[in-house]
Amino acid sequence: MAPSNAQLDLQTFTAGLWKENPVFVMTLGLCPTLAVTNSVINALAMGAASTFVLIGSSALVSLLRHVIPKQVRITTYIIIIATFVTLVDYLIQAISLDLYNALGAFIQLIVVNCIILGRAEAYASKNGLVKAIVNATGMGLGFTFALCCLGGVRELLGNGSLLGIPIFGSQFEPWVVMVLPPGGFFVLGAWLLWFNWRAQRKTRRQVAQLLKQVPTTHAAS
Amino acid sequence: MNEITLSPSLPRSTTLIRVLGIVATLSGLLIVTVQQLTQPLIEANKQRSVERAIFQILPSAKTRQTFMVAGGSLQPWPGAPSNAELVHAAYDAHGQLVGVALEAAAQGYQDTVRLLYAFDPQQQCIIGFSVLKSAETPGLGTKISTDPDFLANFQCLDARVNERGDGLHQPIQTVKHGTKQHPWQIDAISGATVTSKAVGKMLNDSGQRLHPIVMRHLELLRAAGQQR
Repeated sequence: MAPSNAQLDLQTFTAGLWKENPVFVMTLGLCPTLAVTNSVINALAMGAASTFVLIGSSALVSLLRHVIPKQVRITTYIIIIATFVTLVDYLIQAISLDLYNALGAFIQLIVVNCIILGRAEAYASKNGLVKAIVNATGMGLGFTFALCCLGGVRELLGNGSLLGIPIFGSQFEPWVVMVLPPGGFFVLGAWLLWFNWRAQRKTRRQVAQLLKQVPTTHAAS
Repeated sequence: MNEITLSPSLPRSTTLIRVLGIVATLSGLLIVTVQQLTQPLIEANKQRSVERAIFQILPSAKTRQTFMVAGGSLQPWPGAPSNAELVHAAYDAHGQLVGVALEAAAQGYQDTVRLLYAFDPQQQCIIGFSVLKSAETPGLGTKISTDPDFLANFQCLDARVNERGDGLHQPIQTVKHGTKQHPWQIDAISGATVTSKAVGKMLNDSGQRLHPIVMRHLELLRAAGQQR
């Protein structure tokens, strides 16, 4: 039977969290992923800022989708995304200047985060307001989750702390490369490896189960 | 026979312009509204971070008093945000002047870089700085806060006022990494030349303007510490 509306909405939401995770599955938005995940706080802040822009721009694009002519759609999406990034820029400055300085240039770079333009083009421009917001929220949370996965590992190994709280004590020799760019690549590679291995293992299991159900044919003697 | 349209019907240019115009207007209104709402909060945050930076770059300071530059002389700052340049005088526990904190800014690689730097009127040199705002390239321009060789420039960066009292004795300049010969020069960070040059330029600009005023009003600044 056809899935109900609520089930579809849930699917839309969870897609962004796991099956279509923007970083680990779609490998979009890798630039900020590598850059601001040297600590969990920065990862959370960047994730929150990107989610805000994602939800806001998806909502506005969805509201205006029948009004924007195809020929100027990318231009309009960029204007809308840039507007929300400017808003987030002011909001972060109003909340904490330290956080603002820590995120530095990457707040303004949210404009070119492929996830946001990609979602606007692929989903928000073709679906209603509620669905667009649900999908954007799922994608944003999935992005934040991915950032925190990286941020957690990098801060723990590279600084011996999580969220600024020292975990390992003073004898711990931090693995400094983890908070530098090469460390970002290593950790991202490791996570991608793990996600792909999990996905392949799941596929192998599904194939094995299907094969079990197929009756084996004996050669006619 | 049905006619097959070979080219899709395109919307008129006026439609395109109208839609873009409406979206741009909406965006502008949204941005201006949020900017007006957040401006007071941002100002308060900026003042708090300057306050923290003053005690960071002048560690022996316990209190501070802020003056503003008005018509070439120093007046006590009433506390309201204004365009006037501010001179923060820092005093130790006995009310002795330990140094003066001044703001400096210049265009860096990405955006404006703003610093608060400490000027010691006794030795007439710059003894440290704290970055207030920077959007420089992480790992390159951001090294101005952490690179030990760069920070070594500021143990006592010569910023003496000249004999005429209208500028610096020697302009502060940033030189190529490894070629520093004089105490008024800053050794750039190799790989971060633009940001290093911005630091030199802003310190020179502020120094030429503000150090003569500070030295002229040294007695006023010292006295203010004793009045508390």
